[in-house]
Amino acid sequence: MRNRLAVAGFLAPFLVLFSAFFLVPIGYSIYRSMTLVERTGPLGFGGAEQVFGGLTNYLWALQEPGFLAGLGRILLFGAVQVPVMIAAATVLALLLDSASARWKGFFRATYFLPYGIPGVLASILWGFLYMPGVSPFSELLGVEIDFLGQDTVLWSIANIVTWSFAGYNMLVITAQLNAIDPSLYESARMDGANAWQLAWHVKLPLIRPALVLTTVFSIIGTLQLFAEPMVLKELSTAIDARYTPNLSAYSEAFVNNDYGLAAAQAVLLALTAFVLSFGFLKLVGRRAP
Amino acid sequence: MKTTTKITVTAVLCVAALYFLIPVYWLVIASTKDTGGLYSSSGWWLFNPQLIDNLARVFTYNDGIFLRWVGNTLLYAGVGATLSTWVAAACGYALAKFRFRGRETVFNLVLGGVLVPFTALALPLYLLFSQLGLANTVFAVLLPCLVSPFGVYLCRIYADAAVPDELLEAGRLDGASEARIFHTVVLRMMAPALVTTFLFEFVGIWNNYFLPLVMLSDTSLYPLTLGLSLWQSTSDREPVLTQLTIGGALVSVVPLMIAMVFLQRFWRGGLTEGSVKG
Repeated sequence: MRNRLAVAGFLAPFLVLFSAFFLVPIGYSIYRSMTLVERTGPLGFGGAEQVFGGLTNYLWALQEPGFLAGLGRILLFGAVQVPVMIAAATVLALLLDSASARWKGFFRATYFLPYGIPGVLASILWGFLYMPGVSPFSELLGVEIDFLGQDTVLWSIANIVTWSFAGYNMLVITAQLNAIDPSLYESARMDGANAWQLAWHVKLPLIRPALVLTTVFSIIGTLQLFAEPMVLKELSTAIDARYTPNLSAYSEAFVNNDYGLAAAQAVLLALTAFVLSFGFLKLVGRRAP
Repeated sequence: MKTTTKITVTAVLCVAALYFLIPVYWLVIASTKDTGGLYSSSGWWLFNPQLIDNLARVFTYNDGIFLRWVGNTLLYAGVGATLSTWVAAACGYALAKFRFRGRETVFNLVLGGVLVPFTALALPLYLLFSQLGLANTVFAVLLPCLVSPFGVYLCRIYADAAVPDELLEAGRLDGASEARIFHTVVLRMMAPALVTTFLFEFVGIWNNYFLPLVMLSDTSLYPLTLGLSLWQSTSDREPVLTQLTIGGALVSVVPLMIAMVFLQRFWRGGLTEGSVKG
C-alpha cells in the first residue's frame, strides 16, 4: 500500500507535466488541424465559426508548393549533412582515441566548444562571416564568395549545423569508445592488427549504438530546422518564408493567422520525423549481427 | 608508432581545431572594433581596439535591456533546468526501483516523448496558453521546459545501475518515509546523472528559440537569444546595433564556452549510460 502511494508520488509531477505540455498540445494540434474557420454573413463579416473539416487542411498543406519544396529541401539537407557530420565526428573520435594523437584534452575541448553556443547566436556569428564586405574568408581568398546565394545558402546553413553539433556527437562516440574493454584491443593486436585495422574492424562495430543514437537525434534535429534559416533570412534573399517546414508553419500561424493549416503542417512534420527515425532504427536493427 | 602517422594525425586534428576556433577568433577581434572598422579593416587583425567602450554600450543601450535579457535567460534556464531535473529524477527513480502495473507503458511513453520534435509542440502550446491568458508571460516559457523525457531516460538507467536495493530496504527498516529516502539517500547517489540531466536541460532551454519566439511579444521578457536576434534584424535601420550584436554575442557566448570545457566530463559520464544500453 505504502509502495503504491510512493510510486504515485514520484511519478505524478512528471506525468502531470508530460500530459499538460506534451499530450494535450499534441491532441489539440490534431484537433485544430481538422478544424476549418468559416466566415458567415455578407462578405464574411458575420463572424467566424469553427467547423469540422476532416483532412482538408492536410490536403491543402500537401498541395502547397512552398511547403512541399521546404520539405524536399530539408530531406536533401539531411541526406547530405547528417552523414557528413556523423562521419566527421566518428573520424575525430577515432583519431583522438588512437595512440598517435597528442594534446587530446585540448582538441576534445575545442571541438566540443561550439555546442555551448545556441543555434541563433551561431547563425548570427556565421552570418557575419558570410556577409559580403565583412567576410574574412572572401578577404583571405581575394574574391567575393557568394555564401548567401540561391544555390549556396542551404550548404552555408549545413555548415553552421555541422559546426555546432559535430563536437557534441564526437563526445557521445568518445564516451562509447571509452567504455570498450581494453582486453579486446590486446587480442586484436596479438592477431597482428595495425591501428587502421583496429579502428575499422574492432572499434567501429562496437560504437554502433552511439552512431545510431547520434544519427536519430540528428534526423529529428534536421527536420526541425528553424533558427538558422530564420536568422539568415535577414541577410539572404534566397531564403523565403517557407524555406523549411517549420518556417512554413510559423508563417501560416503568425503571418496568415491560419492556425488549422499550421497545425496540419506541424503534425505532418512530426509524422515525418517518426517515420524517418523509426525507419532508420528498423533499417539498422535488421542489419545487426 | 611511425613518426609520419603521428604527424599526419596531429595535422588533421589541428585543421579541425582551426575550423571550430576561427569563428570564435573572428568574434573576439570584431568585438573590439567600431562600426566603421568592422567594414573597412581586415577581419583577421585588430583595428583601433575599443572593447571596453563597446561592452559599455552593450550594457547601457536602451536602459540596460541587455542585462534584463541576461537575467531572463538565467531565470528560464536555471530555474527550468533545476526543477525539470528534480521531476525527471523522481520519475526515473520510480521506474527503476519499483515494480508496478503500467511501468513499461510509462517508460515507452517517455521514449516516444524523446522523439517528438519540440517545435511541433510550440504552436499548439501557444494557442492553449493564449486561451488561458498566459501567453507572453514568464510561465509560458518556463512551464513547458519542465518536461524532460530524455532526463527521465537517463535517470532511470542510472538509478537502475547505481542505487542498491539493500540501501533502500535499510532506510525503510529505520522507519524513514519514501520521500525522505529519496531526498537524502537516492538523490546523492544519483548525483552524476543529475548533473548531466541539469546541463542537458540548461543548454536545451538556453538553445530554445522557437518557443520564446512564439510565446513572447514583450521584449523585456526576452531571453538573450531572442534579444540579440532582434538587434541583428533591426540593425539595417540602426547601424550601431550591428556592433552591439557582436559585443552582446561575445558576452553571452564566452561564459558558456568556458563552462562547456570544464564540464565536459559530465557529458561523457552521463551519455555513456544512455548510449551503451540504447
